[in-house]
Amino acid sequence: MDAVLLQILNGLDKGSAYALIALGLTLIFGTLGVVNFAHGALFMIGAFCAVTLNKVFALSSVAIDPVKTDFLGNPLKVKTPYLEKWFGDFGSLLMDWSVPLAILVSIPVMLLIGFVMERGLIRHFYKRPHADQILVTFGLAIVLQEIVKAFYGANPIQTPAPAAFVGTLDIGVMLGFAQNAISYPYWRLVYFCFACLVIFCVFAFLQFTTFGMVVRAGMADRETVGLLGININKKFTIMFGLAACVAGMAGVMYTPINSPNYHMGMDFLVLSFVVVVVGGMGSLPGAVLAGFLLGILESFASMNEVKQFFESIYLPSIDQVIIYLVAVIVLLVRPRGLMGRKGVMEE
Amino acid sequence: MTSASKTNDTALFLFFIFMVIAGPILLAPIGASYPDLLQKFAIFGIFAIGFNILFGLTGYLSFGHAAFLGVGSYAAVWMFKLLSYNVLPALVLSVVVAGLFSVVIGYISLRRSGIYFSILTLAFAQMMFNIAYSVATPITNGETGLQIYNDDPQWLQGADSPLTTNLFGLKMNDVFWRPEYLGFEAQFNVGYYFCAIFLIIAFYVALRINRSPFGMMLRAIKTNQNRLNYTGISTRPYTLAAFVISGMYAGLAGGLWACMDPLAGAERMQWTASGEVVLMTILGGAGTMLGPVLGAGFIKYFEAIFSKINDQVLHSVFSFMPEGADNFIVAIVHPFVGKGWHLTLGLLFMVIVIFLPGGLIGGLTRLGRLFRRGQSDSAGRR
Repeated sequence: MDAVLLQILNGLDKGSAYALIALGLTLIFGTLGVVNFAHGALFMIGAFCAVTLNKVFALSSVAIDPVKTDFLGNPLKVKTPYLEKWFGDFGSLLMDWSVPLAILVSIPVMLLIGFVMERGLIRHFYKRPHADQILVTFGLAIVLQEIVKAFYGANPIQTPAPAAFVGTLDIGVMLGFAQNAISYPYWRLVYFCFACLVIFCVFAFLQFTTFGMVVRAGMADRETVGLLGININKKFTIMFGLAACVAGMAGVMYTPINSPNYHMGMDFLVLSFVVVVVGGMGSLPGAVLAGFLLGILESFASMNEVKQFFESIYLPSIDQVIIYLVAVIVLLVRPRGLMGRKGVMEE
Repeated sequence: MTSASKTNDTALFLFFIFMVIAGPILLAPIGASYPDLLQKFAIFGIFAIGFNILFGLTGYLSFGHAAFLGVGSYAAVWMFKLLSYNVLPALVLSVVVAGLFSVVIGYISLRRSGIYFSILTLAFAQMMFNIAYSVATPITNGETGLQIYNDDPQWLQGADSPLTTNLFGLKMNDVFWRPEYLGFEAQFNVGYYFCAIFLIIAFYVALRINRSPFGMMLRAIKTNQNRLNYTGISTRPYTLAAFVISGMYAGLAGGLWACMDPLAGAERMQWTASGEVVLMTILGGAGTMLGPVLGAGFIKYFEAIFSKINDQVLHSVFSFMPEGADNFIVAIVHPFVGKGWHLTLGLLFMVIVIFLPGGLIGGLTRLGRLFRRGQSDSAGRR
C-alpha cells in the first residue's frame, strides 16, 4: 500500500509538468487552431529564465586575500556576490530564493515572447495547411533551442531550490505507515501545489471573467464571435501569451527537479503531445487529467515489481515505452481521447 | 513537369541518370567529390524520395520516418555479424524488416489523419528510439551502437573474402579512379556507384508510381480524402501501401548507410533525424520528383561545408576587411557555423516554409514562368 502511494506521489511532479505544458498546448490549439511544436521550447526558455536569474544573482566581485593562499600557492581569490555586499543577509536570502523569484521575471519575458511569436509568425499561418504550421513551429523550436545552446552550452546547469525546501517530507508517518516508508522531497510537493494553483487560475480566468467568456465563445465558434463585433484576434494573441506564460512558469519551477539543458523542451514536448491526444484534442480538463494520469502511470511502470512482472512476459523496461503504448491503445479504442469531442481536427 | 507526357518523364529520367553517374566529376569543383559525402547524397536521396511518396504525393506528414532508417541499419549490421560482409543479404533484410515495421506502425497510425497522424508517428519513432537506446540493448547494443566484432559468427564469411563490406569481393570503400582535371580531384568510388544504382532504381520506381493509377489515387487522397470516401472508395489500402513503400525506401537507405559504414546507432532514429528528412523534402519541393533528391544533396552538402568552418577559416575569409570589422563579422557569423550548424538548419527550415512553400523546384518553376512570360510578351510585340 505504501509503495503504491509512493509511486502516485512520484508521478505527480512529472505529471504536473505534463499537465501544464499540455494545458498551454490545448489553449493554443483550441483558440488559434494551431499545433505549436515550439511549445516545448517555451518550457525550456522558462527554465533558462531561472538559470539566468540565478547567474545574475551570483555575480560576484573578486578580491584577493593578501594573507591566505589556495592549494596551488597562488593568492586566494575571495568571491563575494554583489547582492551580499550591498544588502547583507537580505541579499543572500534573495540568492537562495532565485528560482521562485524567477517566476516574476519569467512572466513578462514569456508574455513578450508569446506576443512576438503570435504577431510575427503564427498569425500568418492561420490560413495555411496544418502541415505548414507544424513545420514552421518545428523550425522555430530548433532555432530557439540552438540559440539557448549557443549561450549556455550543452551541459545541464544546476539550479538549486531554496534551502528551506531542501530535504524530504516524511508523509508516511503522518498517514500511519512506518518511518521513511514514504518520504517525498519538499520541492516536488511545492511543484505539485504550484501546478494546481496555476491550473486553477487558468480555469477560473476562463470561467469567471468576461475575457474568458469571450475566449471560450471564440473557441466554440470563432466566426460568430467575430461577427458580433469582438476583436477576437486580439484576445487570441493574449491567450497565446498566457499559454506561453504557463509553459514558462512550469519550466522555471522544474529547474530544481531536473537540471535544465537545451533539449529538455523537445523531450517534454513529445510526451505532452501524447498527453494532449490521450486527453482529447481541444479539451482543457482532458489535458490536465491525462497529464497527471500518464505521469503517475509512468512512475508505476518504473516500479521494480511491475518491471519484473513485465520482464517475466518478455517486455523488459516497460517504463520507457508505457506512455506511447497507452497512447496507441487510447487512439485505437477511443480516438477522440478521454474527454475530447468527436471529430476535432479530423480532416 | 506537371504536364503528364511520357517524353518529359524519359527526358527527366535520362537527365537524372546522367547527373548521378557524372556526379563525382560535376561536384568536384565545389569540393564535394569525396566518397563519404557522395554516398550520403545518394543514401539521403533515396530516403527523401521515399518520404516524398508519403508526404508529397499522399499528403501525410510523418514525423517518425527516421525510425525505419534506423531499423534498416540495425538489420543490415546484424546480417554482417551473422553471415558475412557481403552487402546483398544485408540490404534484402533491411528492406524486409523496415517493411514489416512500417506495416505495423502504418496500420495503427493511418487510422487517424492530419495532425493526429503526425503526432502518432512522432510518438512511435520516439518509442522506437527509446527501445533501441535502452530497452532492447541485447539487440541494438544501446548507447554504444551496434558494430561488428572479431568474435562474431559470420558463418558465410569465406577465408579469403575481404574484411570490409563488399559485393562478392568488390570492396565498397575502394576508389577505382582518381582523375584530376582543372586542378580538381574527382574520386570514383565503388560504394557511391553501388548506392547510385539503387538511387536510380528508386527514382525510376517513384517516377512510375507518380504516373500510375495508384499514384493518381494517392494525389486524390491528398486533395480531398472525404470526397473519395463519399464515392465509396476505401482509401486505407492506398495510404497503407504508400506508407509501407516509403518505409521500405527508408529501410533501403538505412541498409545502404550500414553497407558504407558498418555501424548502427540509436541516434539515427531520433526526432531530429526525422525532422531532417522532412526538411530535405520541403526544401527541394514536396510532391515534385527531382525536389527531394535536390533537397537531400543541398542539406548534406551544406552540413558538410558549414560544420567544417571554424573561427580560423572565418578569419581568413574576412581578412580583407579592416581590423575591427573583421572580428565583429566573425563574432556574428560564429554561432551559425561549426557546431552551430543546426541553428542555420532551423532558420533555413523556417525561411523555406514561410517564403518558399514550393521548395527550390517550386521557386525555380515560378522563376521560369516569370521569365517565359516576359519572353512571350516581347515576342508578341514583335
